[in-house]
Amino acid sequence: MAEKVKTAFLLAGGCAGCEMSVVDLSEALVGALEHLEIVFWAPTVADVKYKDLEDMPDKSIDLAFVDGMIRNSENEHTVKVLRQKSKVLVAFGACASLGGIAALGDLHTKEELFKQAYKDSFSTDNPEGIYPTPEYLLDGKYNLTIPTFLDRCSTIDQIVDVEYYVGGCPPHPSFVGKLIEAILAGNLPAPGSWLTSGKAVCESCSRNPAKDGVERLPVGDIKRTIDGTPDSDKCLLQQGYMCFGPVTQGDCGGSCLNVNIPCRGCGGPIPGVKDFGARCVSMIASSLADDATAQKFIDQYNDMAKMFYRYSHTANRLNHKIAGMKEQKVSEACK
Amino acid sequence: MSFSPNIVGFACQWCTYAGADLAGNLRAKYPPTVKLIKVPCSGRVEPEHVLEAFANGADGVLIGGCHFGDCHYKTGNYKTSRRIAIYEKLLKDSGFEADRLRLEWISGAEGYRFAEVIEEFTKQLQEMGPSPMNGGV
Repeated sequence: MAEKVKTAFLLAGGCAGCEMSVVDLSEALVGALEHLEIVFWAPTVADVKYKDLEDMPDKSIDLAFVDGMIRNSENEHTVKVLRQKSKVLVAFGACASLGGIAALGDLHTKEELFKQAYKDSFSTDNPEGIYPTPEYLLDGKYNLTIPTFLDRCSTIDQIVDVEYYVGGCPPHPSFVGKLIEAILAGNLPAPGSWLTSGKAVCESCSRNPAKDGVERLPVGDIKRTIDGTPDSDKCLLQQGYMCFGPVTQGDCGGSCLNVNIPCRGCGGPIPGVKDFGARCVSMIASSLADDATAQKFIDQYNDMAKMFYRYSHTANRLNHKIAGMKEQKVSEACK
Repeated sequence: MSFSPNIVGFACQWCTYAGADLAGNLRAKYPPTVKLIKVPCSGRVEPEHVLEAFANGADGVLIGGCHFGDCHYKTGNYKTSRRIAIYEKLLKDSGFEADRLRLEWISGAEGYRFAEVIEEFTKQLQEMGPSPMNGGV
């Protein structure tokens, strides 16, 4: 390849864990730099400012990654700018594709979130109860501004067009390498697809009963991860620990399962699934032995929304709409 | 004029759909609020279908299946009952009124029961008002 692929990474409302995953490639990443030119990756790699990004010609970036969801006005603005400057935009990781952990905040009002973050949390010392405000006049003359906290989270594709999706929290480092190879080889699938294997976690899980020719039986017991230590060789779902492996893409190689933790779906839904949480309900409910077990499940797991939509709350249209209306309801209730 | 709710009904072809047919033959009266979709079994109804209906603005969703023990495929309706019980809890925890989703067992012989269910459900949804997806609160 004569010219290097101009690449950008933008951190939106995420934790930068996805970028750490890329950095984890270490030497492999250095090798890839022969073919890649990083034009924007602040602050992890390059000291480039937002205004430099804004000054780039339109469609000048060959390949742009966004990690993190849209949480505030800054995320929304920079993602729109990046879309304008890029030929291919990839929603990278669970937050960008599905909403991620932070999107669970949409199940609470802004007041609840601020109170927890700036007043009540154990490490906070804020006796006057001061909350951040988008604008602040310092010493009566310096007008300071910070981004505005939006009413609800959005995934990247709810704001701008997205070509590809990658799941995972974070995407597994080896997978990031494969992705860069596919891009260099010009071997990319049709726009709108997930750049992932499309195979379920169970496929890569060493506990899968099918691997030993053992039949899966209806699950008659319900356990939470706090209830004892699971048998480390046996399928967690078969033991009664609710695992989302069957409907989650397993590019992770079943890494949570390897350390005795049930899958919670960060890899994103397997192909053919429109809504992760709803399909997950279907999968779990169909595995249960009887109605009594289903009732036990409902009683023991106290918040189904945070359970089934752990990583994909915002990608659900109904949730996204409800989240958009909650602040409105609050302001009406205050009148 | 009172509000006319929009109900999406998933009806098992062996029981509830036949029940709806019988309601017609019996000249049983019920409000024209339900749009019936014939499915092979109530066990074919994925929570995703219900979600799609609600996200597109349905005021109510009715799933009709066979009575326990009567399922043509033996266990379809048992699975539906577990799925919907868990899905209702999920809807509730997500901040959506789970009462908008109704599961009924209506056999092919229960034409009047079908009409009664539609009438009751319509009345209940009229009291609840339009779906929050359609500007209701």
